[in-house]
Amino acid sequence: MSELGNKLIDGSESSLRAFLDNLPGVDKVGAEGRAAMLGTRSIKTTSKARAIDLAISMVDLTTLEGADTPGKVRSLCAKALRPDPSDLKVPHVGAICVYNDMVKVARDYLDSIGGQSIPVAAVSTAFPSGRASMEVKLRDTQDAIESGASEIDMVIDRGAFLSGKFGSVFDEIREIKALCGEKAHLKVILETGELATYDNVRKASYLAMLAGADFIKTSTGKVSPAATPPVVLVMLEAVRDFFALTGKKIGVKPAGGIRTTKDAIKQLVLVNETTGPEWLTPKLFRIGASALLNDLLMQRMKLSNGRYSSANYVTVD
Amino acid sequence: MRIDVMKTYKLYIGGTFPRSESGRSYELKDKKGNFIANPALASRKDLRDAVVAAKAAFSGWSHATAYNRGQILYRMAEMLESRTEQFVAEIKALEGVSDSVARKQVQDSIDLWVWYAGWSDKISTTSGGTNPIAGPYYNFTIPEPLGVVGVIADEKESLLGITRGLAPVITSGNTAVLIASERLPLSAISLAEVMATSDLPTGVVNILTGSKSELIPWLASHMEVDGLDISGAEKKLDGEIKRAGTENLKRIYRFEKDASLKRILSFTEYKTVWHPIGI
Repeated sequence: MSELGNKLIDGSESSLRAFLDNLPGVDKVGAEGRAAMLGTRSIKTTSKARAIDLAISMVDLTTLEGADTPGKVRSLCAKALRPDPSDLKVPHVGAICVYNDMVKVARDYLDSIGGQSIPVAAVSTAFPSGRASMEVKLRDTQDAIESGASEIDMVIDRGAFLSGKFGSVFDEIREIKALCGEKAHLKVILETGELATYDNVRKASYLAMLAGADFIKTSTGKVSPAATPPVVLVMLEAVRDFFALTGKKIGVKPAGGIRTTKDAIKQLVLVNETTGPEWLTPKLFRIGASALLNDLLMQRMKLSNGRYSSANYVTVD
Repeated sequence: MRIDVMKTYKLYIGGTFPRSESGRSYELKDKKGNFIANPALASRKDLRDAVVAAKAAFSGWSHATAYNRGQILYRMAEMLESRTEQFVAEIKALEGVSDSVARKQVQDSIDLWVWYAGWSDKISTTSGGTNPIAGPYYNFTIPEPLGVVGVIADEKESLLGITRGLAPVITSGNTAVLIASERLPLSAISLAEVMATSDLPTGVVNILTGSKSELIPWLASHMEVDGLDISGAEKKLDGEIKRAGTENLKRIYRFEKDASLKRILSFTEYKTVWHPIGI
């Protein structure tokens, strides 16, 4: 268990349950209303240009397909480093996110093209379902770290969480965190699309943070709905309140369903208005996406040359 | 005594009927100054959405069989026929013409849809061909659709003007973004209702109402738009439109004839295929 979590709970399942059950419920109408209201903010011209570059630097450029090949991963790495080859002012993305067996391919290739500063994230613990024994999950994570992953995106056991076995979920995260140690950042995927209520999202967020998560992430991208604005708002509020309680800054990563620049900027507005501008950095906020990057680039072109661009001028992933 | 149920004339983008993203509308009056409707005043973002919808629809529509496209266009003619009275009423109100003139315009439009529907599966036969070559290959050339084509509607005869512009563009498999006439937009939106009930896939035709001078520059410079029919734009804009369109080598045409095969072929490009004999 993390030391900071220790102050809030004593490590027993009963104290964890008492803590989570005592969390105030989420005002559903209020949260949806606030997320919708923040979504109407209009971000224009210079602010928009800045927001687009910030969003690009926060993208966890992701490919999680059964049909992935080393070639596809390498081309994605090249894009991560130079999203727009015709404009070197475009920042590189936050990270590359791949399945375990592609970690080494991605790491080696990034290193060979000068992308040492771009971390490789691996999805782990029997992603996306999380249905495997703990032994397999640990081995899975170990394998990713040994292959060069510096960020681990683990999934929680939603079945256990929903049937109230908070202790088992807590222990799993703790064990994976212990394995990650200083070598890898741990992102915990809550899969909010399966958690049914905002109250559960809040509970799962606290549970993950207490267990030592560095980031909490909305979804695997394999379940819909994924990163809806109200869900991200609830998670950001949890992060803000956890910071007030413990002084520890936890990151947030919405993933899944964020395809357009407009969606991405809405997320940035949520961050700015909930946790504050301190979280507007790739260290504390990431966006898991694949198609989003092209839309960001096309919007960037539109801002720089004044005409709407076309998908013909960005790469096909 | 009933309360009037007034129709809201909205845009047609990706198979849905949204209001303008900008929330704007403009007042439409007939020649005598009587109020007719408040159509949406589309913004450049509506135009962007329309182009995105048209681009998304292109793959499906261009790969549909030519026969299928023809049948759908023919179906549109059928739907138009059954709504004749609505179009006659709208044309009379806005253009201030007599019943018989309005009726003739609707009938001519229906006939024109049928005419272009017939062309759909004949274009490649009449305008493509097998080429004689010295070598063990079959060599043939076929016209293929360009992509997204912008159509600027005629200002004189509303329904007929739209038909002249749209039908040749979509019969070959292009998808279209139509900027309706500013003064005569009702037929365009009512035609969208015809399209929505004719099995025309969503996004194949997208219709915007509003200010032409505001929308045309964005359409002309849009890199996703591959062709423009500017027959309905003011002649003095030709230079500006063509300059804006050079960046992605748009095909930009102003047509003089009302209906012709040339209108179809202008928005196709020829693809030549070499196929070895015996394989």
